Amino acid sequence: MADLSYVRTEMVPEQAPPPSSVGVLGWLRENLFSGWFNVLLTLLSAAFITMILAAVLPWLFHSSWTAGSLNECRQQIAAAYGEHAEGACWAVIRERHLQLLFGFYPSELYWRPVLAFVVTFLALAPVLFPALPRKMLWGSVLVPFLVPWLLWGGTLWLPLTVLAGFGLGYVALRGVSGLAGGLGGVVAAAAVAVLWWLFLAGPVAQGAHALFPLGLEPVPSRQFGGFMLSITIGVVAITLSLPIGIVLALGRQSDLFILRTICVGFIEFVRGVPLITLLFVASVLLNYFLPPGTNFDIILRVIIMVTLFASAYMAEVIRGGLAALPKGQYEAADALGLDYWKAQRLIIMPQALKISIPGIVSTFIGVFKDTTLVSIIGLFDPIGLSNAIRADTNWNGIVWELYGFIALMFFVFCFSMSRYSMYLERKLQTERR
Amino acid sequence: MSTLTDPPKASFRLSMLVYDTRYRSLTIQVVALIAFMLAAAWLINNTLQNLAELGKPIDFGFFAEPASYDINQRLVEYTSRDTHLRAAFVGLLNTLLVAVLGCALATVVGVLVGVLRLSGNWLVARIMTVYVEMFRNVPVLLWIVFFMAVLIESLPSPRDFRGESPEASMLLFDSVAVTNRGIYIPEPLFSRSLGDLSLGVFDVSLDLVAILAVLGAGLWGTARISRRAGRIQEATGVRPVTWYLRLAVVVLPVLAVLIVLGFHLGLPELTGFNFQGGIYMRNSLIALWLALSFYTAAFIAEIVRAGILAISKGQTEAAAALGLRSGRIMSLVILPQALRVIIPPLISQYLNLTKNSSLAIAVGYMDITGTLGGITMNQTGRELECVLLLMGVYLCISLIISVMMNWYNTRVKLVER
Repeated sequence: MADLSYVRTEMVPEQAPPPSSVGVLGWLRENLFSGWFNVLLTLLSAAFITMILAAVLPWLFHSSWTAGSLNECRQQIAAAYGEHAEGACWAVIRERHLQLLFGFYPSELYWRPVLAFVVTFLALAPVLFPALPRKMLWGSVLVPFLVPWLLWGGTLWLPLTVLAGFGLGYVALRGVSGLAGGLGGVVAAAAVAVLWWLFLAGPVAQGAHALFPLGLEPVPSRQFGGFMLSITIGVVAITLSLPIGIVLALGRQSDLFILRTICVGFIEFVRGVPLITLLFVASVLLNYFLPPGTNFDIILRVIIMVTLFASAYMAEVIRGGLAALPKGQYEAADALGLDYWKAQRLIIMPQALKISIPGIVSTFIGVFKDTTLVSIIGLFDPIGLSNAIRADTNWNGIVWELYGFIALMFFVFCFSMSRYSMYLERKLQTERR
Repeated sequence: MSTLTDPPKASFRLSMLVYDTRYRSLTIQVVALIAFMLAAAWLINNTLQNLAELGKPIDFGFFAEPASYDINQRLVEYTSRDTHLRAAFVGLLNTLLVAVLGCALATVVGVLVGVLRLSGNWLVARIMTVYVEMFRNVPVLLWIVFFMAVLIESLPSPRDFRGESPEASMLLFDSVAVTNRGIYIPEPLFSRSLGDLSLGVFDVSLDLVAILAVLGAGLWGTARISRRAGRIQEATGVRPVTWYLRLAVVVLPVLAVLIVLGFHLGLPELTGFNFQGGIYMRNSLIALWLALSFYTAAFIAEIVRAGILAISKGQTEAAAALGLRSGRIMSLVILPQALRVIIPPLISQYLNLTKNSSLAIAVGYMDITGTLGGITMNQTGRELECVLLLMGVYLCISLIISVMMNWYNTRVKLVER
């Protein structure tokens, strides 16, 4: 009987895919020209990009770097590239970039903010990149005392006496813990440190300065400005808002009714009002709330309000992370016999913080962008300075170059922060996929 | 043989307040309450003492005094002889105006960008990514002052519209004038107007009320028609075609009312050095509106994208397996699920936009921060009252929006076992 199978018995040799579906051509077909609608979109986008480039490229390259005013710029560009040439007047950036970076900080002291930011970055490096040795963290602890001294100047003894308060508190903690138990030790340490800072630190610093005058030339706050000001406010508010936010989030999640009510009230109040009203509080109201005669630095007041603002947002982000954690994790921690703080520190927080990394970083970015609002209460951050530059008769009418430069600086900071958060998320990803 | 007895009742010792979990939470709360009340008392005491020293006790009487400053962009009648309270009210309306306009434009742009970011077209997706990153990573205040500067520097001044061969001309059949002082658009006018209804605080145009009433009735009519169509479909399996009926129920009565009222457009005209007639939107409003909208749209785009990506592909495939067309898949399966993910963060973006509108003060748009927290505060020197009231107003707006959000959330929450 003949073999009547209708199925091939031998394999067909493998064929190469059609040339239109592989390589550059295939990619183009798939991503740009699949169907009439896509072709239309592609053509429209291409036209749009060409239009932008046609406007921007000549403007970028027909530029003037050396003029002293906007009119001079226009004359130079007209002379070099013809009567109707449009060109960028980068001379304003050349003339004012130091001011945009440092504000009115004395120019012979620029090394101090630069050193301060290098030191800050070195202090943050072991926190940001776990590959670095852990011992560097001990150096990071000293930075909060070093940086303000570098920026504001004054006697070296002041940060040293403040640091000594922590040392005294630690001594009290060790001494009293042995006698009166852990809680007594903590209370005693806090009491000793606060008493030291309130009553003794000032006179001791003055006395020491009189004996050994060590210090830098003081720089008043009104000379601060530019990106230096934004970064100072931003870095302080960012670093302080995370711990405060964690405490607020735990308070909001806790079973203790009164604590919870206070935390909810604070968070909802701060989140319900715009930052600008809190800055009004910093600039005009804070002096009402403090004992008569107190008058402290405007930058410090602004930092306090921005930190409170950021903390409330941070608390909500971390609360989201806490809520996203399965209940089993809390129960497992209890079952292991861990007390509240150990359970938070070892089980809950590491996971909750990991979940909330994107939210935390976007809050950071938001805080850094919001530091520009201080221009409204009269501080000279980059936007405040840009208003001043545009009011200058030489540069009256300049728009794109100035705002472009400021926007680019902010973009670099914020974009690198968001990229770092993506890197961190990938690195901490423990689920098998 | 052993007997089980209760452990001996320990008498209460003071240390149990700290070490016994039964009492510890109480101790902590009492300590926290006392600390909180002490801090509050300290602040209030300081404030009262300071105010007494300055000789200005808390007093809201200044609200009844004439404001004596002008507000150039306003929705209701206001002159500089009106009171500070009236000025604050005008400012509040301006805040709400820019918030509503901004939310609308931000939603449209945001949804469009979010959907296009998911487009299969590589070029379009890249352009939208650039848009989102560009607007998200630059402060909104910078966008606001930048838009303001561009509007002032690059648009033609009204004088350029004059003469035989003007340098600039009006757009859309001579109905819209875009100048560096602001934009003039046609205004709706009624030749047989019903007049205004005075509500005491402000006037409401009866024409508008009539049009809205007819429109509402029309919408109610379409809802009735589509419910009837649904009943027929359930009974017979065939859905009657009703779209022309529904369109007519909405459009025809509104058209009729417009004709009865004698609706026509009042076009802006160049007289002398400036435009007259039409609705005048100042540069400050336009710059604030555009900057807030485009900035918020970048965030909304990300929310929309995340919402669509959150719906697993299996849903689309399952719907397709049921035989639904692609439009129906979107409207009946994907969107209802995606909206549940999208709406809560979307509303918090609306809230952010409303709060960011307080930056109006940077371009001189007179919103409530500009009136109550700006000129009124500086003129009267009543910082405490003004700032607290300003915070109260924003807090109320935020609370109203969050209450609405919570109501929506509970309504659409997935009901699980």
